[in-house]
Amino acid sequence: MGRFITRRLLLTVPVLIGASFLIFAMVYALPGDPIRALAGDRPLAPAVVAQLRAQYNLDDPFFVQYIKYVGGLFQGDFGSDFSGRPVLDTISQRLPVTIQLTAVAVIFEILIGVTAGVLAALRRNSFFDNLVLVSSTLLVSIPVFVLGFVSQYVLGYKLGLFPIAGINEGWYSYLLPGLVLASLSMAYVARLTRTAVSESMAADYIRTARSKGVGYSRIVTRHALRNSLIPVVTFIGADIGALLGGAIITESVFNIPGLGRAIFDAVQNQEGAVVVGIVTLMVFFYIFFNLVVDVLYAFLDPRIRYE
Amino acid sequence: MRVKRVIAAVSAGFVAAGLLAACGGGSASGAEGVYSLHIMQPENPLVPGNTTESEGNQVLKSLFTPLVRYNDETSEVEYTGVAKSVESEDQMTWTIELNEGWTFHDGTPVTAKSYVDAWNYTALSTNAFGASYFFENVKGYDELQAADGAEPAATAMSGLEAVNDTTISVELKEPFAIFPVTLGYTAFYPLPEAFFDDPDAFGRRPIGNGPFKADEDFVDGQGFTVTKYEDYAGDNPAQAEGVQFKVYTELTTAFTDVQAGGLDVLLDLPPDAWATARDQFGDRYVERARPDITALSFPTYDERFADPRVREAFSMAIDRQAITTAIFTDTRTPAASFGSPVVEGYREDACGAKCELNVEQANKLLDEAGFDRSRPVDLWFNAGAGHDQWMTAIGNQFRSNLGVEYALRGDLQFAQYLPLQDDKGMTGPFRMGWIMDYPSLYNFLAPVYSTAATPPAGSNMSFYSNPEFDGALSAGNNADTLDEATVEYQRAEDILFRDMPATPLFYGLNQAVTSDRVDNVKIDAFGDIVTEEVTVG
Repeated sequence: MGRFITRRLLLTVPVLIGASFLIFAMVYALPGDPIRALAGDRPLAPAVVAQLRAQYNLDDPFFVQYIKYVGGLFQGDFGSDFSGRPVLDTISQRLPVTIQLTAVAVIFEILIGVTAGVLAALRRNSFFDNLVLVSSTLLVSIPVFVLGFVSQYVLGYKLGLFPIAGINEGWYSYLLPGLVLASLSMAYVARLTRTAVSESMAADYIRTARSKGVGYSRIVTRHALRNSLIPVVTFIGADIGALLGGAIITESVFNIPGLGRAIFDAVQNQEGAVVVGIVTLMVFFYIFFNLVVDVLYAFLDPRIRYE
Repeated sequence: MRVKRVIAAVSAGFVAAGLLAACGGGSASGAEGVYSLHIMQPENPLVPGNTTESEGNQVLKSLFTPLVRYNDETSEVEYTGVAKSVESEDQMTWTIELNEGWTFHDGTPVTAKSYVDAWNYTALSTNAFGASYFFENVKGYDELQAADGAEPAATAMSGLEAVNDTTISVELKEPFAIFPVTLGYTAFYPLPEAFFDDPDAFGRRPIGNGPFKADEDFVDGQGFTVTKYEDYAGDNPAQAEGVQFKVYTELTTAFTDVQAGGLDVLLDLPPDAWATARDQFGDRYVERARPDITALSFPTYDERFADPRVREAFSMAIDRQAITTAIFTDTRTPAASFGSPVVEGYREDACGAKCELNVEQANKLLDEAGFDRSRPVDLWFNAGAGHDQWMTAIGNQFRSNLGVEYALRGDLQFAQYLPLQDDKGMTGPFRMGWIMDYPSLYNFLAPVYSTAATPPAGSNMSFYSNPEFDGALSAGNNADTLDEATVEYQRAEDILFRDMPATPLFYGLNQAVTSDRVDNVKIDAFGDIVTEEVTVG
């Protein structure tokens, strides 16, 4: 197991290098002059423009720019945006916010999604089953910004249950955004769980367990659910990786200063170092949580071993 | 077993990160006597010389008091700031006398040196400050501009001198009668010694001389709270205990937050609230004309638009009132002058008949000029900034009034659009937007239409160049009094209307809504909230 994890972690190194190169190339390929755009309708002194271009190596050919960037990495310099703010500052300030939002969203996914899925599977074709079917279809089909603005207006403004925007009230301010962010995945989790659990419940080993006299709740939790969790865990693991990359729309609607908005702004301003820094981090999260999922497989299904 | 331990470790790390974040989150919201004000994320660190956009400006205005201030009604210069007087015999060598008793928030005095050092730092090209060009008319500015990677020849402008603690002498390259009027702009704020020790720290927590002081670092994407400066020397001390600047990314969210009481002052409304906010908020709604202008500029370098008669015809084919009413629900005002109503020398109807819809005359002019109506006219504007609708309306008016088809060219973001403009790439009329730096008609003419301002040095995107126009501006700059200067600038504006390198379209409107916690919310002539006058009830 240890060797397996080490090998997988080592494999991330070439992936990260490749990803950073590709992202750097894509930002480089964006058309236009980012420095000129800084000034907008106003003039910028020509010598100032030249200075900024030199400062951010914008006049160098692509490979020179990339080598200078990587060279900086080895000295612990992750670059900065056009206002001189180091990328590491941006990340260290915004990552905790994104982690909190992700954590709240994933807890909702698991609590509501898995519970609804299991209950629906156990009472197939009941009223509750249909309710889960209809509401999950609804959640999947409503765009997240509609859900965001509507819940903000109704639950936040009209009913006054949640703060409208910002993160000043600690975990409480993450509840509503987290729920909105989780809505789509929650629906998928419910569907996945329902299908998997209802399949398991019809399986031979469940009948065997029953005939041995195992209690109902034990059959559901230890036998059916545990065996059904592999697809659900796979999905949630991938989802955590994606959510940690930031959620541009939810963050904007609820005014949450996370990574999503930072990356959006950086792409708009063509700030190469910022885009590469954050996206590479996202890639790492994605790989890492996929590894966690693989490890969890062994826990859920003893037949799976990594040697 | 081992697997379980891994999971435990992972989840422990997760929880720890979350807790850490939770500790960093808290902030004083709704504290006694403190009100909150919406801003968007400032583009640059909060240093006066590097802030030329409105969001950073709003923050710095609360933290700094300029040399001169402006009358709220007439925009005339008033010596209620740090300067006692700004005088000159020849409009070229200026002497600025400072009042004593002004201090920075760190307790150090505001002296002539605080200004001279700040201005030299801003002008020096290797510091790459956005407002550097504000000093280009000071003698010695050129020596501070690095050429092709070389070091600048000097680090201090030869025309700038701190004669003693309270006297600054400024020698300009050319006479500039309205120099005192320009001194209220952000670029001319003083900087304390502390800035030069650590510019980065200053950019997060600026140390100014204004009614409010910053006690905490500005957090990107969130904002900060500034508090009343007790030792403030000016006659406009803060009425509230503090201001919390709250950064929002979505106007709609901020608007909902004002309604819910989570935000006290919102300047700038989401488009769907423009028309309804006045009725919805009643006496908690404030508006004021925005000191800007939107014009339709013509590429004078393009042979189709080289003839002034063609440009005049297009100007007379636009029904400005129809656009401001139908598209903007009267939150824009039709313009018939190149200046803004808030500046000295503004004449409401400087343009006259040339800015009024006259289909017959327009077509006659086009015929005289031999304009080819069979080719469509390109209409240019930058993408993603909400210009599509009104540009389409203008295109439709050209089609129905002149019988010319149009093609919208609004796909390029600034990063591509601006270099294309610099490169004479506009193949048809294009959007021109300008916001005032200082309240003078000159500021609406010279930076956008003078020969000296043609790209890359300035924003004269129509590449209009007329010695007569430049001469009138220069005559104004040489005038002995501000009134005489204004007469010359108006003469320059008349020349502009004769040649029509652009045609004025409309003026903007600043709209603000407030919660019922605050009173006395005013918008100044620059379109910022007067933060020190707001009272918290």
